[in-house]
Amino acid sequence: MPPVIQASGVRKTYGATVAVEEVSFDVRDGEIFGLIGPNGAGKTTTMECIEGLRTPDRGTISVLGLDPVRDVYKLQDRIGVQLQQAQLQKRIKVWEAVDLWASLYQKKTVDAERLLEQLGLTEKRNAWFMNLSGGQKQRLFIALALINDPEVVFLDELTTGLDPQARRAIWELVRGIRERGKTVFLTTHLMEEAERLCDRVAIIEHGRIIDIDTPLSLVKRHCPERTVVLATNDPSAAERFRAIPGVQEVVCNHAEFTIRGRGDDLVTEVIHSLSENHIRVTDFRTVLPNLEDVFLKLTGRSIRD
Amino acid sequence: MMLRGLFKLTWIEIKIFLREPLGAIGTIVIPVIVFLVLGRAIGGKLPQPALAANTFIRVGLPVLASLLIAVSSVLSLVTIISIYREGGILKRLRATPLRPQTILTAHVIVKLLLTAATLTLLVLAGKRYYPVGVHVPFVSFTIALLITTWSILSIGFVIASIVPTARFAQPIGAIILYPMFALSGLFVPIASLPPALQALARVLPLTYAVRLLQGIWDGDAWSAHLGDVAALALVFAVCTALSTKVFRWE
Repeated sequence: MPPVIQASGVRKTYGATVAVEEVSFDVRDGEIFGLIGPNGAGKTTTMECIEGLRTPDRGTISVLGLDPVRDVYKLQDRIGVQLQQAQLQKRIKVWEAVDLWASLYQKKTVDAERLLEQLGLTEKRNAWFMNLSGGQKQRLFIALALINDPEVVFLDELTTGLDPQARRAIWELVRGIRERGKTVFLTTHLMEEAERLCDRVAIIEHGRIIDIDTPLSLVKRHCPERTVVLATNDPSAAERFRAIPGVQEVVCNHAEFTIRGRGDDLVTEVIHSLSENHIRVTDFRTVLPNLEDVFLKLTGRSIRD
Repeated sequence: MMLRGLFKLTWIEIKIFLREPLGAIGTIVIPVIVFLVLGRAIGGKLPQPALAANTFIRVGLPVLASLLIAVSSVLSLVTIISIYREGGILKRLRATPLRPQTILTAHVIVKLLLTAATLTLLVLAGKRYYPVGVHVPFVSFTIALLITTWSILSIGFVIASIVPTARFAQPIGAIILYPMFALSGLFVPIASLPPALQALARVLPLTYAVRLLQGIWDGDAWSAHLGDVAALALVFAVCTALSTKVFRWE
């Protein structure tokens, strides 16, 4: 099966500003693919080139075998789009928006009332857009992105500005989209979101893709360090821990030890040492690196900066 | 079938417009009130009106009121377009198979319907309280006003392309459109203007609109005003071509 989206050597500038330097990647059928990076990295521009909303200066893009520039209307009939920071008419009702969108597509659309029900919007069907909460607005935008039963769904910074509870609910909905066999292409600057949701992610910075893989493989590749944090009053502990093979650093703060080292065996070795030396601990946890650490490692800065 | 989308969008935009309390009152009710109050004030004071005042009440005032309707429609279009652009609504609609022209066409239809509705109200109110001319060719006049509105709407799209934010849309539109009234021949005959202003009046679209509307109101045949219609069509063609070049969707 050929990739659903193929982007190769895509470049886009606005006057003197280079928004996307050079970007290439494939998105496979049925996966949730995330483009992650800080604000201004080129995520939205890349996505809008793929959706056919912008014309790239260079490079080739193919979505479902179509050229987003030449076949834009044919493509937009088959994809669903949610745009960053989009609004609707203030006084449009929820059902009117869905009904309007349903009338815009050539292909058969899904049942609007059922869609509203699935997204928990049935109660709000007569509410004006301006009176919806942030989470309700985003759910409506998801509804509009799904009304034409699209093959690929594009979600741009879907949960930005939502509270954690609403965010979790939206994640559930996105997983539901994948379960219906659709491909999801999303952007986010939230590493937790990418980690929980995406099958594969591409890390983008300054308009270039730095690496692409599953979140787990990215962490393994770029952050092989393991960290164990434990608490003990044993006076010989520091000395014993430093003797463990693979340990690079032991930091002691009052009775709390932070042990850093390489290799998957580190945790086992620490436990082994505790048991062998009869060290009693009052706390024990491992700290696993995540995408946030990968980003820091690859770019030398935190994504939140 | 894009007509289905156009129909739905037009119908929804009409409903949304009516839900906006100030919008509906401002554009429909106020011109009617202005017309009635002005008409009664001038008409009441002059039981046997002088010839000049008589002409103004009989022809000038209805034309002025109609043009105000057209211009306020256009200003409201400029504002709506810039609000929609600022809010990303235009962009969101463009991310569907909907053609950009369809979105704009829907708004033009809404404004033309609005103009026609307000004019009807004006005539009904006038018939009841302020008997203007009895033999006014209402259908022809409505068509003339719609042609005028259409032409000014195209200027509205150019204005909508250049206004930086929605907050400036109304004032900038007003500054461009309202001064045209002064030179339109409605208040001072163009022939009595200084030559420089006469030349200026000749390139302003409102001049042709006034001549067309006054003539049709007075019972002229369409054949006498083909030049005015052509001028308004030219304005439409030029402005439409210009706005397809400079219009910004976001």
